[in-house]
Amino acid sequence: MTAFQYQVLAGPEGYLPPAAAMMGVELPDKGEALIEGQVVSDEEALHKIAEKLLGAENPFFFPGPLLLWAWRDGVEEKARAIKDLAETAGAKIIPMPDYRPKYPMINPDVEINPNHPNLTIWHNNIDACVFVGVHCHYANMALKIIRGGTDCYTIALCAEAGHEDAMISLRDAGLEKIKRLTTIVGDKKRQLAGREAICSR
Amino acid sequence: MKPGLFKISPGFEEVMPAEYRELVEHGPYGAGMGVADLGAFKELLEEHPLCAGCGLALSLRLFLASLPAPQDTVIVGSTGCSSLAFPQVALQNIHSLFGNQNALASGLKRALSLRFPDKVKDVVVIAGDGATADIGLDMVMHSWFRQENITTVMLDNEAYANTGGQESGMSPQGTVLYMAPKGKKFPKIPLPEIAREAGCAYVGACSPAQGKRLERMLRRAILVAREIGPTYVQIFAPCPTNYKFKPNETLTRLKLLEKEGVFQPKEYITREAQDLLNKLEGGGKP
Repeated sequence: MTAFQYQVLAGPEGYLPPAAAMMGVELPDKGEALIEGQVVSDEEALHKIAEKLLGAENPFFFPGPLLLWAWRDGVEEKARAIKDLAETAGAKIIPMPDYRPKYPMINPDVEINPNHPNLTIWHNNIDACVFVGVHCHYANMALKIIRGGTDCYTIALCAEAGHEDAMISLRDAGLEKIKRLTTIVGDKKRQLAGREAICSR
Repeated sequence: MKPGLFKISPGFEEVMPAEYRELVEHGPYGAGMGVADLGAFKELLEEHPLCAGCGLALSLRLFLASLPAPQDTVIVGSTGCSSLAFPQVALQNIHSLFGNQNALASGLKRALSLRFPDKVKDVVVIAGDGATADIGLDMVMHSWFRQENITTVMLDNEAYANTGGQESGMSPQGTVLYMAPKGKKFPKIPLPEIAREAGCAYVGACSPAQGKRLERMLRRAILVAREIGPTYVQIFAPCPTNYKFKPNETLTRLKLLEKEGVFQPKEYITREAQDLLNKLEGGGKP
């Protein structure tokens, strides 16, 4: 541990923010996750994701091509689980179907492009987003751009080793972990609803 | 591409942008579409940033509609006007270093043959006249000498068009452009004839003014490259921006240049390639 611990926080951090990896943030080991640059347990990260999604005013999921296209066995099941998670969290969905740099501009109402993800976030006033099914090299780039130019809180559900540039990053996010997250989100939502009901009496 | 691979995951159909849904439902992958079907299927190029009246834009549309197996085609491009449009094409494509396109395509074709031994993967180079006849000529010719099974397509707009208008080897003698004020000193490079002598089994020269002819030549080139060896197609479409004619005159000008004999469509076919084409096209003269 270095004396200076870089925190991966919501921006805008400014033009060309450093990659979190360059600032000493390391990817977590199996069973662990990252919250704002610090290694934590998977379970802690799952709860934090649920809090962030339920606390956001306008949360969105950004599913990428690895999830949107049923390109191999298991994808359809995972896609259903993500859809279920988004619905439970009350989040909307904007897809990233591929990585073509479309010009003159993408339509930010209906899609997000990794080369200028800030456009979709600004246009829709998104304050929390979840990346899932995006190839790692494009996710890294897009997450950094988002941190640089917006105040959106980023969450990455990565099926591989995770993303330092997301504010919360899970690794090995397979079907089981996603279903567990949906359960936690559902439980917290019910707790919040219960609290609100008590307060309004 | 495996049949059925191009499918949207269930539950996400309604959030996919319309152009992707159209590609899945009405796209050309595995559908056997051609130039005659244009307007009846979802094209692979949604939009492009090329100039108004650009003959390359029309050539690209025709080229994409003519591919015999778009789902199993990889395009290799190079720096130039066409490379501005290609990143937006819904097809596997690689942008190479300027002039390096045929070297890259050679390696790619060999790698795909090893990786997919039971499958035909078409590797098609598409580049401008600068990348093909000037900067990349050594790479282009050596791929022909080596008898690589790739198709090379040149989009001949007769200039370096998006860098202000410099002359290329394909500009006609005497051409005056913004960045070539003294006039070009030597004639247009006879690349179809060079291709023939360098070992191309099929060579075609056409223009986008006749879509079906372009389609026939491109399909022939790709089918011959699969079985026999390198092939070359040259598509003639002078640049309206640098040659200073009105965007709506592109096609009439092409037709006029052909009528006057300034542009001559060509086809050079080896005996082996002709035998193959006779077999594939049903024995009669196509």
